[in-house]
Amino acid sequence: MTRLELPDYKFQTERVKERFLRLKRRNITMEIRNLTKTFQGIDGPVTALKNINLKVHKREFVCVIGPSGCGKSTLIRTLAGLEEATSGEIFLDDKVVTKPGPERGMVYQEYTLFPWLTVKKNIMFGLLESGATKSIAESEARQWISLVGLEKFENHYPSQLSGGMKQRVAIARALANQPKVLLMDEPFGALDAQTRAKMQVYLMEIWKNIDITILFITHDLNEAVYLADRVVVLRANPGEIQEVIEVPVPQPRNPSQFITPEFLATKHHIETLIHPIEQVNEADNLNLVRMVNVASDIGDIF
Amino acid sequence: MPSLSVRKPLSKKRRSLVAFFSFAIPLMIWSAVSYLPFIWHPLVKVTEAGSVGYFRANMLVPRETFKFETQKMASAGLEQPSGTPANPLYLPAPHEVGKALYTAFATEPRRQSEKWLHESLWSSIQVIFWGFILSSMLGIPIGILAGTFDFFSKLFEPFIEFFRYLPAPAFGALAVAILGIYQAPKIAIIFIGTFFQQVLVVANTTRKLDPALLEAGQTLGASNRSLLLKIVIPGVLPDLYRDTRILLGWAWTYLIVAELIGTSSGITWFITQQARYKNFDNVYAAIIIIGVLGLFIDFLMAYFGRRFFPWKSI
Repeated sequence: MTRLELPDYKFQTERVKERFLRLKRRNITMEIRNLTKTFQGIDGPVTALKNINLKVHKREFVCVIGPSGCGKSTLIRTLAGLEEATSGEIFLDDKVVTKPGPERGMVYQEYTLFPWLTVKKNIMFGLLESGATKSIAESEARQWISLVGLEKFENHYPSQLSGGMKQRVAIARALANQPKVLLMDEPFGALDAQTRAKMQVYLMEIWKNIDITILFITHDLNEAVYLADRVVVLRANPGEIQEVIEVPVPQPRNPSQFITPEFLATKHHIETLIHPIEQVNEADNLNLVRMVNVASDIGDIF
Repeated sequence: MPSLSVRKPLSKKRRSLVAFFSFAIPLMIWSAVSYLPFIWHPLVKVTEAGSVGYFRANMLVPRETFKFETQKMASAGLEQPSGTPANPLYLPAPHEVGKALYTAFATEPRRQSEKWLHESLWSSIQVIFWGFILSSMLGIPIGILAGTFDFFSKLFEPFIEFFRYLPAPAFGALAVAILGIYQAPKIAIIFIGTFFQQVLVVANTTRKLDPALLEAGQTLGASNRSLLLKIVIPGVLPDLYRDTRILLGWAWTYLIVAELIGTSSGITWFITQQARYKNFDNVYAAIIIIGVLGLFIDFLMAYFGRRFFPWKSI
């Protein structure tokens, strides 16, 4: 068997290099400065996030990935203002934010649509909260509904929709407020593989067409590399940034890029960051010897 | 599909059949005890007294006494009494109660001052209605506040937690002293019996609302006021409605105690009065009427519940 020869993930073609240069010249939409978050655990304080520093540029797509328990969700919840930072600051267009607000839209893994409101009224919710009149909110909601292709379902309740449709409504609901940043906490984690792939294409399409900066949390390597301009890799205990990777796969993305050398190289590199080979956990190894009777004769499956 | 499978619904046809038996079986047992003399019938209804001095026609005597007197008369060569097996007066047969369901409404009260059955029932319904409405008007808002804001939870719940252990009927004498002897103290007892439980139940239900919905609301820019009015309240409303249905059942149980306070009134008065006249068929009829009324109101509320909360049943 021949091993695939993968290029260095840091190698960028001229086109990709230029795009990153352009990207870095844009304004900084969100800046995280020395963000630290500690919890009071059973055995004393636990550091969930330690010294997180990150600058997200306008209309950038950033994915955050890391092993379970690395504080991905804590990070995004703190950015949304749902949890308080122990120390450090979060800037949105150079203004410090501490509380939740409509300028940071959020989409969760669980479906958080209001079950008592129809699709249209769910999307109107934020618009009405920000003081829009009913008729304006309604016409704007209609536009968002058609953007996510759910015209036929505008008067349906969330319980009548499929998982993918619910997330489309949730995205539309968050975007209707015209936030500066869209925070997405494993939004496609509960969907089946096929729907998830569709939703990824969908999200890219929306991102291309409207002025939005996206911070996207995932534990799926393919998803991270496929969607992101940059991938932030976190480490667990304490949760800190291990590396920020500029994805060398050219934009605009399409599913055929999943097997390009630069895609695989990036994916492979993130894999080694998240699952270092030497850190094999004893508890993860199955003790196979005990599972079979010593006397039994089990043939080799290969 | 077998009838007994764990947490699998029955077919529609079989479900209504089983529901039918849920009423039919108790009725069958009652009928069997009433109409089959060999099951119970511990008494004998005297049809002809014979030579027994103290026997009268239609008198109920224990079976043993009847046997003893019959033997005594037989050995003395006197005329033997005759009779048929009977159940005690307090267990009328289904057809008697069935008849009473009609006659209880149609019979004029014995005294001028007494009320017809429908008047008694109406008085009971009013007591329940006002007691429960007053309790809900206060209890539901306080419960929602306590379930939403920790401040109100700590302000109200410790005292209410203490107060709900005080039995509502214990306030009867106090209620009469303060509110007089007519309807007001009865309404007060229903209120006391319902209100304190209601606050705690509503607060608990409110706390069960998915916090993710509130967070979603916050990230959409909802103010504190909007979180309460546009998320908490609509979010818990179907569950509050269900709580209210259950609490209304509790209010009915307090009704019987409440109506004994001050001047006895309503359906309870009717029941005690009929028991005093030994019209036990009327007593059963009144009890059944309360049950039917409760069931009817519950069906009505379930029906409106589906109308009010269409997103729940979909």
